[in-house]
Amino acid sequence: MNTLNPQKLVQDIHELLPHPMRIMEVCGTHTVSIFKSGIKSLLPPSLMLISGPGCPVCVTAIEDVDRAIALARIEGVILATFGDMMRVPGSTSSLLMERAKGRDIRVVYSPLDTVTMAEENPAKKVVFFATGFETTSPSVAVLAGEAMKRDNLFIYSVHKVIPPALTALIEDVEVKVDAFLMPGHVSAILGTTPYLFVAEKYKKPCVVAGFEPGDILESIFMIVKQAVEKKAEVEIQYKRAVTPKGNPKAVALLREVFEPVDSRWRGIGVIPDSGLRFRKGFEKIDASKAFDIAVTPSPEPRGCSCGEVLRGIKVPPECRLFGNVCTPEHPYGACMVSSEGSCAAYYKYSR
Amino acid sequence: MCVAIPCKVISTDGLKAVVDAGGARKEVSALLLDRISVGDYVLVHAGFAIQKIEKEYAEETIRTFNETVALLADYDRSELFYESGE
Repeated sequence: MNTLNPQKLVQDIHELLPHPMRIMEVCGTHTVSIFKSGIKSLLPPSLMLISGPGCPVCVTAIEDVDRAIALARIEGVILATFGDMMRVPGSTSSLLMERAKGRDIRVVYSPLDTVTMAEENPAKKVVFFATGFETTSPSVAVLAGEAMKRDNLFIYSVHKVIPPALTALIEDVEVKVDAFLMPGHVSAILGTTPYLFVAEKYKKPCVVAGFEPGDILESIFMIVKQAVEKKAEVEIQYKRAVTPKGNPKAVALLREVFEPVDSRWRGIGVIPDSGLRFRKGFEKIDASKAFDIAVTPSPEPRGCSCGEVLRGIKVPPECRLFGNVCTPEHPYGACMVSSEGSCAAYYKYSR
Repeated sequence: MCVAIPCKVISTDGLKAVVDAGGARKEVSALLLDRISVGDYVLVHAGFAIQKIEKEYAEETIRTFNETVALLADYDRSELFYESGE
């Protein structure tokens, strides 16, 4: 890391790139770093960085947002969630709009903040709307333990997991990806074992990348080097936080509380085993069981290309809604909602 | 959403830890890690320490971060890019 020289890396990438490559950055935090730093302008034109589905806010299904809204509308419920979820449009409303109408909807920094909330409001039912990938879900598993000790704390889990989404992307004939920049903090939890199949079965080079511009350049260099050597391996660039075995304690806790379930990704559709639901025994705190929140399924907004953008098939300006109907102030599709969505990053840094 | 920041452990009882994040003190949960000690560096996400970071790497990152902040104040972005790598 001390020897890392961005200028040299850029030069090496230009000199070594053996053939055109499409590299997908799976994680939304990478997307933002790439746009913010202007890395794309330094790379050979035949090396394309494409953004993947790695923003959990963006991929939360419309009907799941509708269910969270339905929970917030129940008398006596306090709905708590991460700030990023507030503006995500459901079929007809958002949590922010519902709060403006007087529903008790609160933003928390940590899932554990809801424990105090439940203690301070014994007459209310506190529901945590839990989104996020493996970086976040172990924390919610800890919260589940706390919730089991109480009678007024519930969790509505729409957590998603990364590895099955990778399979879905690779198997999708429309998606053309030669290599992956793997998410740094998801991997801090998972380690590298869950990605081995990408390299071994599908022969795609993978590098777990850090988030600084220098990290990303070095990771791209490592991918190019694998391509030159005709190898496909899972390497770790982000060594300061990621080890091959990850955080086994967090993974064990996650598995104790949650099990895989087929899950709908906004703009993409249902991906087998890509979500997390509570295991048997947690019915008491599972908001999807404890409350009646049946909603009717909703179609994606008409004209919206989020599905293609999330799979790297289209870049945001190729969507006809981008920048006119759909802006960060008035997001129409999921990728514009979160600051880590591809469209929002593109709108902010690349227009 | 998966943003996590390196912090230094100031005190801990094994269940919780007070960490220093660039001068700001914050209490976080230590329940996702096996053992953490005062002086360790940890990655903090959503109020939880999710992974330990090797000390030399963490100090390097924090130093780079501080240098970046200083550079941002002094230089334009193009120069910053070449100086801010690790």
